Amino acid sequence: MQAKRTIFPNKFLPYLLLAPQLLITIVFFLWPAGQALWTSFLREDAFGFKSTFVWFENYIQLFEDPAYLNSVWITAVFALAVTLLSMSVSLLMAVSVNSLIRSGKAYTTLLVWPYAVAPAVAGILWWFMFNPSIGILPYMLAGFGINWNHRVDSTDALILVVLAAAWKQISYNFLFFLAGLQSIPHSLIEAAAIDGAGPFKRFRTIVFPLLSPTTFFLLVVNIVYAMFDTFAIIHATTEGGPSGSTTILVYKVYADGQLGLNLGSSAAQSVVLMAIVVVLTVIQFRWIERRVQY
Amino acid sequence: MVENRPFLTFLTHLTLILGVLIVAFPVYVAFIASTRGEADFLSGVMPLMPGPHTLENYSIMLESGMTSYGAPPIAPMMFNSLVMALSIAIGKIAISILSAYAIVYFRFPFRMLAFWAIFVTLMLPVEVRIFPTFEVVANLGMLNSYAGLSIPLIASATATFLFRQFFLTVPDELVEAARVDGAGPLKFFRDILLPLSRTNIAALFVILFIYGWNQYLWPLLITTDTQYYTIVMGIKRMAVVADADPKWNLVMAAVILAALPPVLVILFMQRLFIKGLVETEK
Repeated sequence: MQAKRTIFPNKFLPYLLLAPQLLITIVFFLWPAGQALWTSFLREDAFGFKSTFVWFENYIQLFEDPAYLNSVWITAVFALAVTLLSMSVSLLMAVSVNSLIRSGKAYTTLLVWPYAVAPAVAGILWWFMFNPSIGILPYMLAGFGINWNHRVDSTDALILVVLAAAWKQISYNFLFFLAGLQSIPHSLIEAAAIDGAGPFKRFRTIVFPLLSPTTFFLLVVNIVYAMFDTFAIIHATTEGGPSGSTTILVYKVYADGQLGLNLGSSAAQSVVLMAIVVVLTVIQFRWIERRVQY
Repeated sequence: MVENRPFLTFLTHLTLILGVLIVAFPVYVAFIASTRGEADFLSGVMPLMPGPHTLENYSIMLESGMTSYGAPPIAPMMFNSLVMALSIAIGKIAISILSAYAIVYFRFPFRMLAFWAIFVTLMLPVEVRIFPTFEVVANLGMLNSYAGLSIPLIASATATFLFRQFFLTVPDELVEAARVDGAGPLKFFRDILLPLSRTNIAALFVILFIYGWNQYLWPLLITTDTQYYTIVMGIKRMAVVADADPKWNLVMAAVILAALPPVLVILFMQRLFIKGLVETEK
């Protein structure tokens, strides 16, 4: 790994400088993660007196549990919907802003602020708009003959959390798409225009392919966001319901652990999630290494 | 724009205006709700024009809160959020800049190990290790305290990487010159490196302040004493009662107050915010 050519010779000082960061990392990150890993191989008896080492039994049970598999499926649908919805809206906005000369800055300001809104607050905002008794959107939907009630209807509840999660992520995607668009050489676009390609053809054949590193990066980031950072949205609104239809994996770990029924299973769920984050992080960093050669 | 196509320009503006309106609509609805009286939420659809109860609603929330449900007033909750956001932002920056300095400017045994230990924290978000972490904090007696709210969250791989990346671009001649002039490592850090990192620190501060203010799961777990509630998690406690007793005007006033500080930070420091956001992800 890279370091400076000229360095300081102190032997003890660097450890002192690293101490606070490492201490917190070990106490609050590595130790609890190790605990989760260890507990996931144990099974407690009904009274919590002793636990036995059961190898992978907790994992096997987990993947045979229909409620867990259902949650995996919901997570996949949720993550995919949030990612696609948020990214396509953001791309449309970014392309539009990028094509304007003067007013682009003003639109940017008007589009970036939702980043600052807490996920829990974003959830409450949409929950209020969709409130079945006084919300504005169910009122409008009723005009089309749609009866909205996210308290009892699973699809409605899922749509609600997807919209809130995607809304919150628009600013982030927008900024990265805009940065990506601005780094595409203008001469390429002009050359294509001279050759007679219209705006839509230029986007399809030149802009979009050149944007693919950004798109891929955002794809990974959005999946991570939808899987892990949306806990607050779900907890603040549907609480995983109705009948588990919005229980994504992260929420399930929390809900199962809160009930405290089965520590081994809850730990096994945590470990599965950790494995998913590790894979996604590795993908993200490998991509960054490749981007350097661009 | 390469060629002049008035219709396309018109379409572009139309798309953007629609987009901006859709993005702003939820907050507009919340704001309107926070200006109305209680009677407007009893039946029918909620109105879309501001009402006359703005000051009343906000002052009730700031000073006394929804007392009948045991929710504390908003003002102390906002203060807690502020303390938490500032401690997380400052704490993360302080410990990350020190560890990046150690990793870049010194060579010592276990340097790689330290780097990887920090890197691994990226892969362990709070959400996946909720209960074991809670246990550690409980054993340390840090429940219901400002220390418990902030310290477990201040390890930061991204901030460390950002500073490391930046330090690698600082010319070596500066260190050589400093050493020739007899400056030790701490003096070099304080008088040369720290002033050079000013913009990076500011950009990072904006991002981390927002991150800290918006924390939800962590305060929810470790605060049971209303004295330590932060506003973002406190809203949930108010919103659950709104179904039974629709005091939406008050809940939405709290929502607006919870969202306002970080949104203002972004609007006033947009350049730093964008720099911070784009660079921490590299």
